This record gives sequence, structure tokens and C-alpha cells, in this order.
Amino acid sequence: MTPAKLMIVDPLQGLRHIARSQLVDVLRAGDLVIANDAATLPASLHGIHTRTGESIEVRLAGRASLSQDLADFSAVVFGAGDFHARTEDRPLPPLLTPGDTLALGPLAARVTAVLGHPRLISLHFDGSSDEIWSGIASHGSPVQYAHTPTPLALWDVWTRIASLPVAFEPPSASFALDWQMIAAMRARNIGFATITHAAGISSTGDVELDGRLPFDEPYDISSSTARAIARTKSAGGRIVAIGTTVVRALEHAAMRDGVVQAGGGVATQRIGPGTRLKIVDAILTGVHERGTSHYELLRAFADDLTLSAADEEMATHGYRHHEFGDSVLVIPAVGV
Amino acid sequence: MPTNPFLHARVAITGGTSGLGLALVRQLHAQGAHVAFVARHRDRVAEVAREHPGTHGIVGDVSMKDDIYPMALQILGDLGGLDVLVNNASDLGPTPLALLGDTECEDLERALATNVLGPFRLTKALLGALAASAREGRGALVLNVSSDAAVNAYPTWGAYGASKAALRHLTAIWDAELSEQGVRFLSVDPGDMDTPLHALAVPDADRSSLRRPEDAAQELLDAIGKARAMRDFRDERVASAARP
Repeated sequence: MTPAKLMIVDPLQGLRHIARSQLVDVLRAGDLVIANDAATLPASLHGIHTRTGESIEVRLAGRASLSQDLADFSAVVFGAGDFHARTEDRPLPPLLTPGDTLALGPLAARVTAVLGHPRLISLHFDGSSDEIWSGIASHGSPVQYAHTPTPLALWDVWTRIASLPVAFEPPSASFALDWQMIAAMRARNIGFATITHAAGISSTGDVELDGRLPFDEPYDISSSTARAIARTKSAGGRIVAIGTTVVRALEHAAMRDGVVQAGGGVATQRIGPGTRLKIVDAILTGVHERGTSHYELLRAFADDLTLSAADEEMATHGYRHHEFGDSVLVIPAVGV
Repeated sequence: MPTNPFLHARVAITGGTSGLGLALVRQLHAQGAHVAFVARHRDRVAEVAREHPGTHGIVGDVSMKDDIYPMALQILGDLGGLDVLVNNASDLGPTPLALLGDTECEDLERALATNVLGPFRLTKALLGALAASAREGRGALVLNVSSDAAVNAYPTWGAYGASKAALRHLTAIWDAELSEQGVRFLSVDPGDMDTPLHALAVPDADRSSLRRPEDAAQELLDAIGKARAMRDFRDERVASAARP
């Protein structure tokens, strides 16, 4: 596979291409790079819907908070089959009703609610937190899609900086980072900090459900990261977000008074062309299609004319879709 | 600086159901650390977890590649992050001990898998969490349990000694590469202890001449506590943007 490409979009100065590994060359001393360090859960759990005996696949998709108590999740449920079939071709699960039990390998779960769609439920796992972690660790696999035919292992979906296992799919922009790059940032006085954001699933295969994405995503911001942001802002440095989840978390945490507060929250807001960004100056993200929530978020960073030119340029240069690592960095030369 | 450096520290220990590992679990549990421990035998893991309420027992074999990520997932899930990793699980190589010329390749492979590859893989899987701990000023540290056999050429200790030498050098390079970012790596030789591993190696040893694992554990904890308290550990630079 060819090295991942990176297109630099400067709304004032136009477009240029570099290797993604050269990211640090675009940054300046005093900038602060912030990435999502969530590790990815093996969130796909196969099993049986006890009442009907039918095979199902449960994809964990949401939690109310990042606390260690992980008994309760929202989840998307498919009927028989696995990731080899395209999600849009997957059958519905048997009719799910509150109280139904699901036997998922060593895990036992109960449907606690159906959330306005036959595929979307909330569920509760039996057992202690340690037992649930152990069950997920031994029985779960990473959520994946038909375009990747070989089964993914956890080491495929954990980024180099993966820390707390709370994401339902990888915070894919963080794959751009490695320890060499983080050391280079330090050597050049570019700050590096992380937040933890439970990145959700990217597709359910169902138009109606996909319209509800992203589901509410809990995040946590450490006090050291909040302090680094305050210092960078006051010194005139740029905040460079690695991935859309970082933008959503930081802007959510600053909604009240324009300052990023340390602590946890749930990023419920949508970011689009009308959003005035308070914290984040630049974003590195994968190549996303028009109409997706990721693309909408980019419109907060650059006008439609600039983004259309960027789309064309990427098509001309054969940029590959986001999971292959080609990326775009929207970064104004001057702080916004 | 608190009087108890391990209060609320999140610590994971491999080989935590016997010998030095068990002594570490006991003492860290008594000192208010959040402890997760890994060992191979399900019943024994459950028993040690029962005896130390609040600790998290994880079943896994560090020599098995496919066990490492599920192990890392449970460590991070159970503890909500990680400050200290102790790679303690060890394999002796051939038992009874043998001259290298009499050592089966498979015995050397197993020693390398347990004593070198396992700690490398587990450290790598947990490195993101350790770096996050460092940025938050929590004192991130990896302690790899070493041996005098890592330094001296003792006949019949070839598989063990060579693997521990590799681990010791790996530790030094990890430390050189990552101490700038606040993650420290220590290699400590606990000495000859009265443990199941030593009994396998030297079945007829005079046990009264051996160290109690509890004493060695206390010494290891002192070394960890001292290293974590060092000033660079609290250095905010690791989390910060550049100073103007």
C-alpha cells in the first residue's frame, strides 16, 4: 500500500499535498495538537435471541457516560449473518421487546427498551463489571464492514495512543499519529494532548437510523488537557484537532462560557456551516463524502467553494476513502 | 507528596497469583492501589481475587500473542486507565535447568515468548494509556522484573539468562525513548527468592537462605515509589503547549 497522503487546505492560500507522515512540518511551535485516545471495544457480539432461538449480531453503539460501570449500552441489532454481508443487506433481527434475553457467548443481556426502531435497543448485561469486561474481551470482535473481507483483530483497530477502551469504532484520524511524530512535536515545541471520546459506529446500513448518527457520544477531558488549551489560546497558538470527535468534544465543553472545562460530558450538538467554532482552529480528518455528518462538520472550518475545490483536487489525485488513511488538514495560516 | 505513593494508583501485575507477583498484589492492595493481576489458571485467579476484595483478576497467558489485547482491554477497562505495569510473569526455560547444548529450541522459544515478547507486546498495547497517565502527572512507570542471570553467565541458566538479558536491554531502550514523554522504565533484580519458580530451578535449595518474596516486593515498591516521585514525573511540560 502506498504511503498515506495528506492534503493541506488553507482557506486563504489554497491547496497542497504532502505525505501524512510529514504532518509536523505544517505545524508551528506553540500549536497544540489534540487527539482522541479512546481505544476501540470489540463491540460486535454474536449470539442468540433466546425467545425465538434466532441468531443475532449485537453491535454496541452508545453509553451514557465513560464510567467503569458498563452494564448499560444502546445497541444496533442485526439478524443472522456477519460482516461479510453489506449492512444494508442484513436482515432485521427477530421482533425485540423489552425483557427479551440475549445469549451472547459468555454474556447474558436483557433488552431494556426498543428505541423507536426495530434494530435499535438499549440493553443491560448481567454480572459484575469485571465479568462483563472479561466476556466482551473473550467474545467480542471489532465492528467491521463488508469492504474489508478479513476479520479484524483488536490490534488492527487500536491506534498507537489507544488508552481507555470506550470507542465503538476507531477514532480513525488518530491512526495518523505514531510515537516518532509525537517525539518530533515535542522536539519542535508543538504541544500534544488527548481527550477521550467514545467514537460511535459510522453506519448501520439503515437510512432512517443512519440519519440519527452520530448517537450521543460521551467524552472526558483531563484537567491537564484543559490547562494546555488555555495556555495555548492565551499565547496565540493554534488548536489542531485530530479527528471530528475531538472537535465535537472540545466545542461542546466550551459551549457554556467559551472556555474548555475539564471533566465529562455528552457531545449532543451538531456542527455544520452555521457553527462558530470557539476553540478549534484546524482539523485533520479522513476523506469523507458530502452529506455525512463528518463532512458537515468540515463546513464549519471552510466555505463550500474551498471544500468543493478540495473535493475535486482529491478526486484528481486519487485520494482513498478514510479508512485507508488518506487525510485532509484544514488549517488557516493565521489563527481564526 | 502523599505519604502513601500507591493510594489510588492504577497498577497491573502479570504472574500475580504466586511468588513475587502475589506478594506485590497483597502489598499494593493493602496500600490502597487499584490492582489488576494476570495469571494463567482461572481457578487460582478467582481465588486470589476473592482473597483480595476489590482487585481485578484476569485470566491470560503473556506468552500467547492472541491473549495480549484481551488482557490489555480488561486491564484498562477494570482500572479505568493505567499508571504502573509490572511485567513479572517469567518462564525458566527447560526444567530441570539444562546446559544450552541440551536445551530444546522449544524451551528457549517459550522463555523468549514469556520473558521478552510478552512484556514487549503488553507494554506496546498499554503504551497509549501509560502516556496519558504521564501527561496527567500520575507517574507512569513500567517495571520489568530482571535477574542477576541477565548479567552473569551462569551455566544451565542459558534460556532464562538470555531472555532476561534481552528484557533488560529492551527496558533500557524503552526508557531512553520514552522518558522525555514522562513514561519511565525500570529493570529490577529481586534476588533469589523462596518462590515456585526458584523451587523449579533449584529443587534442593536451602529455603532458609532465600529471600522472602514479601521483602523483595517491598523493595520493588520502594524503587517504583522513588522513581514515580522524581521531579520529571510531575513535569507539566509533557502535557503542555510550548512556553512563549
